[in-house]
Amino acid sequence: MTKPAYAIGVDVGGTFTDVFILDEATGTIATAKVPSTRGDQSRGFVEGISGSVADFGDIRTVVHGTTVGTNALLERKGARTGIITTEGFRDVLEMRRRDRPTTWGLKGSFTPVVDRRDRVEVSERVLADGTVMEAVDLDAVRSRARALLESGCQSACVFFINGYANSANEALAVEAVRSVWPNPYVTAATEILPEIREFERLSTATLNAYLQPVVSSYLERLERSLADRGFKGDILIVQSNGGVMSVDTAKRYPVRTALSGPAAGVIAATAIAQAAGFANIITCDMGGTSFDVSLVAGGQAALAAQTSIDFGLVVRTPMIEITTIGAGGGSIAWVDSSGLLQVGPESAGSDPGPACYGLGNARPTVTDANVVLGRINAERPIGGKLARLDVQAARAAIEAEIASPLGLGIEDAAEAILKLATAKMAGAIRLVSIEKGHDPARFAAMPFGGGGGLHTGALIKEVGLGSALVPRFPGVTSALGCVVADMRHDRVQTVNRLLDQIDAAALGEEMAAVARNTSKLLAESGVAFERIDELYEFDMLYVGQTHTVTVKVEMPQGGLTREAIAARFDAAYLEAYGRLLENIPRRVMNYRIAVIGRRRKLDMTVFAPVDGRPARDCLIGTRRIFADGRFMDAGVYERLALESGAQIEGPALLEQPDTTIFVDPGLVARVDAFGNLVIRSAGGASGGK
Amino acid sequence: MTLDPVTLAIMKGRLEQIADEMDATLFRSAFNPIIAEAHDASHGIYEAGTGDTLVQGKSGLPIFVGVMAFAVKAVIDKAARQGGINEGDVWIFNDPYDGGTHLSDFRLVKPVFVDGAVFCFLASVGHWHDVGGNVPGNYNPVARECFQEGMLIPPVKLYDKGEFRQDIVDILSANSRLPLSLYGDLNGQINALELGERRMHALIAEYGAATVAACLAELKSRAAQMMRAQIARLPPGTVSAEDFLDNDGIVDQPLKIALDLTIDNGRMVIDFTRSSPACAGPVNISRATTIAACYVALKHIFGEVPANAGVLEPVEFKIAEDSLLSVRAPKPVGGYTETILRLIDVIFQAMAKIAPQEAMACAYGTINALSLAGYRANGQRWVMFSFFGGGHGGHANGDGLNHGNAPISTATIPPLEILEAAYPVRFTQWALRPDSGGAGRHRGGLGAIYEIELLEKEADVFLFGERGRFAPPGILGGLCAAANRFTYQQADGGHEPPMASKMVGIHIERGQRLRLETPGGGGYGDPLERDPQQVRRDVMLGLVSPAKALEDYGVAVSGSGALDEAATRAKRGQTA
Repeated sequence: MTKPAYAIGVDVGGTFTDVFILDEATGTIATAKVPSTRGDQSRGFVEGISGSVADFGDIRTVVHGTTVGTNALLERKGARTGIITTEGFRDVLEMRRRDRPTTWGLKGSFTPVVDRRDRVEVSERVLADGTVMEAVDLDAVRSRARALLESGCQSACVFFINGYANSANEALAVEAVRSVWPNPYVTAATEILPEIREFERLSTATLNAYLQPVVSSYLERLERSLADRGFKGDILIVQSNGGVMSVDTAKRYPVRTALSGPAAGVIAATAIAQAAGFANIITCDMGGTSFDVSLVAGGQAALAAQTSIDFGLVVRTPMIEITTIGAGGGSIAWVDSSGLLQVGPESAGSDPGPACYGLGNARPTVTDANVVLGRINAERPIGGKLARLDVQAARAAIEAEIASPLGLGIEDAAEAILKLATAKMAGAIRLVSIEKGHDPARFAAMPFGGGGGLHTGALIKEVGLGSALVPRFPGVTSALGCVVADMRHDRVQTVNRLLDQIDAAALGEEMAAVARNTSKLLAESGVAFERIDELYEFDMLYVGQTHTVTVKVEMPQGGLTREAIAARFDAAYLEAYGRLLENIPRRVMNYRIAVIGRRRKLDMTVFAPVDGRPARDCLIGTRRIFADGRFMDAGVYERLALESGAQIEGPALLEQPDTTIFVDPGLVARVDAFGNLVIRSAGGASGGK
Repeated sequence: MTLDPVTLAIMKGRLEQIADEMDATLFRSAFNPIIAEAHDASHGIYEAGTGDTLVQGKSGLPIFVGVMAFAVKAVIDKAARQGGINEGDVWIFNDPYDGGTHLSDFRLVKPVFVDGAVFCFLASVGHWHDVGGNVPGNYNPVARECFQEGMLIPPVKLYDKGEFRQDIVDILSANSRLPLSLYGDLNGQINALELGERRMHALIAEYGAATVAACLAELKSRAAQMMRAQIARLPPGTVSAEDFLDNDGIVDQPLKIALDLTIDNGRMVIDFTRSSPACAGPVNISRATTIAACYVALKHIFGEVPANAGVLEPVEFKIAEDSLLSVRAPKPVGGYTETILRLIDVIFQAMAKIAPQEAMACAYGTINALSLAGYRANGQRWVMFSFFGGGHGGHANGDGLNHGNAPISTATIPPLEILEAAYPVRFTQWALRPDSGGAGRHRGGLGAIYEIELLEKEADVFLFGERGRFAPPGILGGLCAAANRFTYQQADGGHEPPMASKMVGIHIERGQRLRLETPGGGGYGDPLERDPQQVRRDVMLGLVSPAKALEDYGVAVSGSGALDEAATRAKRGQTA
């Protein structure tokens, strides 16, 4: 027997830790789901692996999507952090960009993660053109650093105004702080983000410092507990940009893990879809309180330049663009004071949860509507927390809160709730597709998470999507994403010069040098790559504008030219706005570089059904359901038993342990060669590929 | 036709998304930072016959939500006198007496046609960078007529049956100091309207014109129903509130805004007749602007009501003609922002008396439009123009937000690094202003200190601000915030403008500094009821000085930051 060689993906969620185990020697897979361990995620993590792996010495790689950083930010449980900054600017973090949490109602508040007393100033000044107007007072830096330590700070961030234009003062100060700081938790703002915009740079750097002790100590614990079991391989951490990084890089730049978990799901969806022949997908992750969508076009997930974890907690590093709306299974349906039906944003969450959980909530949710309409099997709830669902409680909630006020029957009211919830989800899909200039007919919806499979059919109809692609194991998609993610490092540098005044050849050389330097991180990680890609982009705009367009460029052998950059800008601007502007100079604001180490692709046929059966042999019963305004019978099938090529016409319900899939009337589902379910209109409309 | 509740709810979301998308299109492609960063723009869908607002984008400037209906109506009336509305027409204008606000706001109005008839209107408004007049950026605090504030364009056709009229753009461009910026913004607004029209046609194709029309009408009547429900919860009777503007920039006398607000039989009467008559300087506003400002205040208090004309159906306005709040051409209106902020303040103060749980104390109450203008060494002209922030008022749920944006806007401030990269200035301070939040059980948020040093040889400075003499008041026993303060250095030392926060043409030279200290928000509730530990924390963080803690809150905090409980009890016993 060949010695196993495991690559293991671990995604730690709020409730469950999902583990995906690939034996690279045999090509076999295993999955595991264990309860997440609060406090120390690494315990549940190691436990999840040990159920399926006898000898940890057989593990080559562990790839980890972590929520330790995200949770520390949301719960404000990072380390006490000090900020050392330019005289006059201690409040930049608290002043933000002079915004407010909500447009209407002036009742917002904001507490920065660093107290005002821990934000201290030193004299120094760099001007916007990079001139050092005043050298930094290093004695003052050291004494401020000591004072911060004495008052109990564990971590420090050094941030100087205009450091993006010249980081000399900041670098000297960082060195001075490190000379007195007893641990490695010192963050230099321009090392994290050498980009213009002081609040965004400081916020990102501060959150990095705030997370560093928490994330580092977690990763060290994890390294130890794996090593204790004989693990000798590499640990890789998933970043918000969808790529992985080495564990050492993660300890230095923990802010890059802010959206590590959700990013992994999108990466997995991309890989599964690509293998199945779908280059364009919209991923739909439906949880208890929210519905998250992201767009993958031409096999590439869309990236956003920044996000807010919470009001005022801005992280500006490239991350998979995820659009979230408040429409999950627990979203509450209600009738407003003008008699209009509403769904969300309030949610019953998982505790007390939907009315059908019988845990004390009497207001109807999206899940209750699914129960009343027969879409969810009340005797076989997902998650294993409850033995059965209370259908009567769901009916009573819908009758009292929706059906009576609107003068509808209970089933009609339940269907109205679903229609409105679907419309909200459709709105989110329009936002990422139609509004960005994409034709939804060319896209397939790809649900993952527990609830998505119930609504994809409706979404196909509502938005005009080409099809839906339901992966074989929607519940462990994120863990799979860890295993297939590439290694990726992003760099940015503000240029802020007119294109006409740029020495393009020199700039190109500078960028190539940065790329080479970044590639070293890949080499040092010890991971084997099939190839390394370098991507170059500019953020550009017309002089006078403040919002940039992304201009992708190639780095030709002969070097960059201004003409080539101009031509690429025109093409990008035309695509974004439909018209070019005459006689206005163009400006290069930033350059961005991504260096991507492509890891060996997972052969997705590992998901192909083994010993599958024809559809008729997988029929386990029928259920009375309500759809399109009437009652009908739907066949209920054991999804995982279906063979490749099996075809089922709607209405039908396909059940499996981690999800239920509803095939709407008029749609047809077919199992492909990789175990995915492809749902299309029965009329045979093509598209999706 | 009868509408099912589901279609109505879905349609509401679709229509709002169209308006939001129009907003986003302009924000991304606009040239001047007042639109791109500060979001001083708005888009919506308006009734074919009346111009009433039916749906408005969520991300645009709140004040435009109420005012755009007047702009669309102005076009409807003008077109009726000039051969009607044709498919492919786009009207453009900035007449503030006809459409509200001030000359900087250019409105574009485009009809959407279905089967040869106007189905609805789409409109776009955006604040352009410079529209001529005496002061770069158009905040002229000493204007006596609108002609000193900028060009005034009545409703004219930018597109005539689909044909673009370059001559109109030539006229506009010739009257601006920054024609390229104007060209960029105008293109962005056209982009937004074209996108809105495509989306409306797609929606109509999907649901049918009759269904969409029925939904629009139904949304209006439901908005009215919702507002009536909100008013019905309030106790009947009349409450009053008064507040003042420092001066009009020309005559140094306070101007009174007086409100008598009556709740009677499910209706609300907003009566401003006791307010000052029209003034010489540019803080007058048109009737349309007054109504729009009231709408903004009500929507801050009753957040649930939609951006729809129906909301104002149960509200009656009493505004004296030719008063400060209802002027006609050519009385100057350039500083309308200051007056509407005061209108919102009096509504907040009046509502505190009948709905204390929903009330907020006054926010900082001035936008402080500051411009610096000069020439570079190479002869190139530069104009730095920005609005500055301040504190929000304390409220039933907690302390006010530090350094927020004005209630009439959702504008963010440009990064100081962007300003320093674009203009020959450096900031020497960009910080919270201690002791600026009004004391209260819930403290007002803090205002800010911005100190700017000139790096070029010379420049002229213009400021249009308020609240220099009348600080933002507190409510329900809360105290007022610190007043606005502006100082500048010249060769002979430091100065303050004689009109407090309004001045034109301050000449400064290299190395000289300007210092703007903005108000915080008013306090909510009696400061003696504030938890002494919270006061101690404020002192420790440097938000409140030990002296203020003792004087306003009756809380004694020692130099080491410890709470002196005995002294606090004694002080509170004395003062209570």
